[in-house]
Amino acid sequence: MLIWGAPTMLVKDVSPLLRLRDVKIAYGQIQAVKGIDLELHAGELVSLIGANGAGKTTTLNAIAGTLPLAGGALTYCDEDIAALPAHKRLRAGIALVPEGRGIFTRLTVEENLRMGAYSRSDDAEIEADMENVYRMLPRVKERLAQVAGTLSGGEQQMLAIGRALLSRPKLLLLDEPSMGLAPLVVEKIFEVVQTVLKQGMTVLLVEQNATLALEFSQRAYVMDGGKITLSGTGEELLRNPKVREAYLGEAV
Amino acid sequence: MIQTLLQQIINGLVVGSVYAVVALGYTMVYGILGLINFAHGDIVMVGALTALSSILFLQEAIPGLPPVIYFLFGLLVAIPVCMAVGYTMERAAYRRLRNAPRLAPLITAIGVSFLLQTLAMIIWGRSYHSYPQLISTAPLQIFTGVFVTPVQLLTIGLSAALMLALVVLVTRTKLGRAMRATAENHRIAGLMGVDTNRIIALTFIIGSGLAAVAGVMIASNYGVAHYSMGFTPGIKAFTAAVLGGIGNLAGAMVGGVVLGLIEAIGAGYIETWTGGWLNSSYQDIFAFIILGIVLIFRPTGLLGERVADRA
Repeated sequence: MLIWGAPTMLVKDVSPLLRLRDVKIAYGQIQAVKGIDLELHAGELVSLIGANGAGKTTTLNAIAGTLPLAGGALTYCDEDIAALPAHKRLRAGIALVPEGRGIFTRLTVEENLRMGAYSRSDDAEIEADMENVYRMLPRVKERLAQVAGTLSGGEQQMLAIGRALLSRPKLLLLDEPSMGLAPLVVEKIFEVVQTVLKQGMTVLLVEQNATLALEFSQRAYVMDGGKITLSGTGEELLRNPKVREAYLGEAV
Repeated sequence: MIQTLLQQIINGLVVGSVYAVVALGYTMVYGILGLINFAHGDIVMVGALTALSSILFLQEAIPGLPPVIYFLFGLLVAIPVCMAVGYTMERAAYRRLRNAPRLAPLITAIGVSFLLQTLAMIIWGRSYHSYPQLISTAPLQIFTGVFVTPVQLLTIGLSAALMLALVVLVTRTKLGRAMRATAENHRIAGLMGVDTNRIIALTFIIGSGLAAVAGVMIASNYGVAHYSMGFTPGIKAFTAAVLGGIGNLAGAMVGGVVLGLIEAIGAGYIETWTGGWLNSSYQDIFAFIILGIVLIFRPTGLLGERVADRA
């Protein structure tokens, strides 16, 4: 049963859902991303791993539209989206669960979820999707009337993901969903990611926990100093000695 | 005397409800942009004078209609005109300063205030205009020695209705939810599909519509209108918003009514308290004494939790 997104394309040799070509992103004079190429095909889970300050979050923000490109091309569904503001990219199907979760702390849990469905007007379907979120995240349901700022970190992360799903995205961008959370909660979050993948969504995951990310991903890119230094399937990168040394904390 | 006190409470509720309506405009803009829009008081003036011109126009064009029709016509012209002025102000002056250092939009707001007053002076001249008394100002005695006029009753009723409508809009509707989300975090609201520029523009438009009604009520109560009439109610409403906790809707309403009551009661008794040294024409000092006290001892206001950390 298809709940969230458009049907997954089974053929991989069609044009990618998202393509970055020589993308550069700058904060004033400082170039944080120095020309990267990245592709995502419909239905894939791709991760972007790398050290702090490598430019991963910057890249996600530029895809979601909260940072402008300083150069290069960004196409989504074969259309140039570089000039679209964030709210229009959301309407086109790109949802970002930002670093630090970005919960509206003064709104209630339910209001936060409804903000996720802001761009939609199919009220009956929204209610059905709300029920789906409750089923996936039962802890959220127990706290609907609570002000979201009072939730624990894990609950906030669940809420942030549930909220993003309510926009019915085609492409879900997850920025460090495991940050600062207990292993059990992280496990639960990755279960949810698996569920949405099964429903046909495409996911781009930024993670510091490289082992975890690589185990789950079909493909991955390694970023360092604003550039992509390596790419391959999750398994290849897990076996790659350079990756093991630099990001998986092993001395080789 | 109990009559004096009751009378001053009624007068205080009238002024206070107008302060509250104007204070809502200040506090909504502050809540969403962190900007104190000092030109907001001048929207009150634009509302009063636009309504005046439209009333005079209609009285000339179609004489002999019931007074309330002229009054409603004035209101119905003034509201959209003020909304347009508020929108233009945000679009032309404040939007491009959204990421500027906080002092820039503040000084710009003062500049916009001068601009509006100067334009009004060009359009309506520098003289005081007597305002048509379309709603009766004949006092009705409700208790022995305590009076209320129909225009006062209308002021309280209309203000209460507007406040209720705004609260419902902000707390119960999708638009209100988006306004609160934008107030908390523009970037995240954008990620939810909210066109934050539109929400900010709507905030100015709604606040300006409220100010238009306040302007007509003020002019109808006092019977005069003037190009600089917005300054004092503007500053008082700003005080009310700070008193209640700037950025907080309930705070603006409570602050407005409390300030109106303090002012009216103070005006009623200042002569007795000072042994005739000061009289009721010094009533304005109360607002500023309160502003000083709040800023020193409770900068977050009566209901506010957020410190007014931006100019």
